[in-house]
Amino acid sequence: MLTLTILVPLFGALVLASGTRLDARRARLCALPFGLVPLLLLAAAWVGFDGSAGAPAFQHVVDLPWIASLGVGWRLGVDGISLSLAAMSALLFVAALAWPQVLGARARHWYAWLLFLQGVSLGVFLALDLLLFYVFFDLSLVGMYFLIGRWGHDDAPRAALKFFLYTLAGSLAILLAILGLTLGDAPLSFDMRVLIERQPLDGGGLRATLVLLGFVFGFAVKTPLFPVHTWLPPAHVQAPAPASAILAGVLLKMGGYGLIRIPLSMMGETFARHAPWLAALALASILWGALVALAQSNLKQRIAYTSINHMGYSVLGIAAAGSMRAGETPARQLALSGAVVEMLAHGLITGSLFFMTGVFWQRRQDYEMAHYGGLAGNAPKLAAAFIVAAFASLGLPGLAGFVAEFQIFAGTFVLHPWMAAIALLGVLVTAALFLQMVQRLFFGTAPQGQPAFADLRGVELAVLTVLLALVLLIGVYPAWLLLPIERAAAMIVGG
Amino acid sequence: MPIGDVGPEIALALAAVAALLAAAFLPQSRQPLCAGIALLGVLAALLLGAQQLTTPPRLGFSGSWALDGIAVQARLLIVLASGLCVLLAPRWLADDRRHGEFYSLLLLSALGAMMLAGAADLLQLSLAVLLSSVTGYTLAAYHRDWSISVEAGMKYFLIGAFANALLMVGVTLLFGLLGTTRYDAMATALAGAEASPLLLIGAGLCVLGIAFKLAAFPLHAWLPDVAEGAPVPAAAFLTVVPKVGAAVALARLVGLFPVETLDLRPLVAVLALLTMSLGNLAALWQDDLRRLLGWSSVSQSGYALVAVALVGLSPRAEAALLYFLLGYALANLAAFAVVAELRGRTRLVDYAGLGAIRPMAALVLVVSLLSLTGIPPLVGFVGKLLLFSVAIDGGYAWLAVAAVINTVISLFYYLRPIGTVYFGSTRSAVAVLGGSIRLSLVLVGSALLLAGLAADWLLQLAVTAHLLALID
Repeated sequence: MLTLTILVPLFGALVLASGTRLDARRARLCALPFGLVPLLLLAAAWVGFDGSAGAPAFQHVVDLPWIASLGVGWRLGVDGISLSLAAMSALLFVAALAWPQVLGARARHWYAWLLFLQGVSLGVFLALDLLLFYVFFDLSLVGMYFLIGRWGHDDAPRAALKFFLYTLAGSLAILLAILGLTLGDAPLSFDMRVLIERQPLDGGGLRATLVLLGFVFGFAVKTPLFPVHTWLPPAHVQAPAPASAILAGVLLKMGGYGLIRIPLSMMGETFARHAPWLAALALASILWGALVALAQSNLKQRIAYTSINHMGYSVLGIAAAGSMRAGETPARQLALSGAVVEMLAHGLITGSLFFMTGVFWQRRQDYEMAHYGGLAGNAPKLAAAFIVAAFASLGLPGLAGFVAEFQIFAGTFVLHPWMAAIALLGVLVTAALFLQMVQRLFFGTAPQGQPAFADLRGVELAVLTVLLALVLLIGVYPAWLLLPIERAAAMIVGG
Repeated sequence: MPIGDVGPEIALALAAVAALLAAAFLPQSRQPLCAGIALLGVLAALLLGAQQLTTPPRLGFSGSWALDGIAVQARLLIVLASGLCVLLAPRWLADDRRHGEFYSLLLLSALGAMMLAGAADLLQLSLAVLLSSVTGYTLAAYHRDWSISVEAGMKYFLIGAFANALLMVGVTLLFGLLGTTRYDAMATALAGAEASPLLLIGAGLCVLGIAFKLAAFPLHAWLPDVAEGAPVPAAAFLTVVPKVGAAVALARLVGLFPVETLDLRPLVAVLALLTMSLGNLAALWQDDLRRLLGWSSVSQSGYALVAVALVGLSPRAEAALLYFLLGYALANLAAFAVVAELRGRTRLVDYAGLGAIRPMAALVLVVSLLSLTGIPPLVGFVGKLLLFSVAIDGGYAWLAVAAVINTVISLFYYLRPIGTVYFGSTRSAVAVLGGSIRLSLVLVGSALLLAGLAADWLLQLAVTAHLLALID
């Protein structure tokens, strides 16, 4: 079942890439079913997921040999964390496929690349084999490179190149760390379950520290954490809206997910020893992201920087969860599940915010906030959606962001009260910047001589409604989501 | 040692002679027949070579010829790569009066490379280097009316003459100090020997002599010129085939010297670092695709040297070397096949928008460049993965880190053609050569992907490829 989740979109990509006579509309209609299949399969996997106490950590496991002589296999499986992240990603991909996008002549290839990216991104979350994980991780870079470079605007190839260079540097550090983690341990195996069991490098020492450093660097680039975040704003600003939504919603999650799945789970002792540093880095990202975002006058750039801030919360939660090996188990569980929910919430919220920036770009080819104003009268639906997303993003109770941030702060406060206190400053700044953004775009008076602004139309409205309804649902009734995640978190931090 | 052990070599030699004779009598329009003869020879060599995959490792011909796993597989790879190069030539050389002789030179050069892979005697090694070089000079300068081609041949020849001289001095020194040129006898002599400066110089000079064939620092300067100036089929051949033989020869030589007396591995490791860094940095701003490929293949030699430096330190070093060479050979041949298909168009700006007009050629180019970078699941990724793991395993983690940094740098220039091909736009039509070139394009392009996906089968073969242990 999980195998199909990955292969169906890849097959769809192949079909679209080789089919010759398809205009943009037909290509979209042809791509959508391929994109929907993974979502349905993952929903079925969710229904079939056994959340009871005695159930195994990883379920729906597939295990086929690939490079047997190296101990590498086609191993897939999910726990609560990967299942929820994969399902959210699948949803965002369907949204991106459905989103009306002006593409010009080569629309077929756009959908092909998007499906390709969907297949490999889901592969990252579903892989239970370190090398397979790495393969998908790298392929997701290739997919995004083409999406940004070819359909972006302004100086897109340059932004795409910067994106690829930074993240490939990160991913190669991960590859070295993977090799450092697995080599010298007989028999050689890249099976995550085996490695989690073995905790190969928990003896400490230089090698363990270097391996951890490799992982943290690689995933920090991807997350992205201060100071290796500089690839993100140009990539976001110059990418087309659905690609930005995928980048923020899916690709950034791979960093946090990787941190949880690999260093936190497989070398817990070493992770605990160095967790304070990671937390400090997360704090820097929270504050830096928020402050720099506040200074942006470009709509998309501002949202891009808030991503750095939000991913900082998530990493803070992860660092808190891994900060000790014994004791304070409930707090650490809370922090970890908060980190995961933050990733989910950020995917949905920022995904929809980036889709909405696409609305601005398609109407006016302009992201400058000063050129807008008073849109609430012209485009009430857009205003409503934007306000919901903005409030969710700043952590208003009743919306998804609040559930996540509450858990992270509550968990971190028990473990590192000072850090939680400093991080709260970040929340204040984000609140200010989102309120200011809403006020500038939708209230006040429009600058003189601006043409009318069309409101959301059919598909746009439908996509945003689904995403924001989920945000609301998680906000008011989070139990259905929290149960599997909390169970997985309990498995990881113990207790 | 039965004569059948050199069956593949004999097949190639016979085919070379037959092609030469045919070329002398056939009219120019019929010269492509010589390509057929060459392909028959290649096919026969492949079949004969495949039978050797199961033979136990041994030395033959008075200890001068090693037939171990790595030699057998490297020779197969050499024959295979030569066959693919033959496919590139018929249309390319159709207007050349000396068309048929080209194949005979190519096969003889391949023969030299095969001898390199099997050489277990310093004199045999010298002979192999000379055969492979002399034919190589001619292949590089085959377009004798075109000054760039002649210049490439000239540069290749001058550096080659210098390197061969160094090799000869090295061989003489080693012979003088150890009293033999046979590897097995040398190994016995070295086992109890004291390290002496003269021994180090002799061994170092031999390493440099082979480094020339690998286009490793500091004897790399010929490669970019050859890649740019030689006829494209010859460029494809010269950037790939001699390297395979030379890398194996170097591994054998390095493995000969025990770690305790005279460890050549640090020297090779430093050469590896310098070669890949220099190749990468020089490739960064090339605006000519063929020169870019030339410099990139200098840097790829550096990666191959990483595996050479780990010979004897990690049990998978030979497997990593072979697999990496396979990946490199396929990717480089694919890239040059694209250049040949597009009638040698070489300026990067001329590739703008190729993705829209010639999707297949563009796709193969992109896949080959991504494989050279080491993006999974292409074959280049598996090669680099093995390389890194061998380096970490054998205690050269710093070399692995250096290789990773180099990979990141290399991405920058591998992405430039990819970006141009897909993000640029053009209105001009593109002329292609087609014919057997297209066949080779499809073959090698799909091999890049398949060899990555079917890595297990190839790896199981490669891990059986060990150097013959010369001391029990």
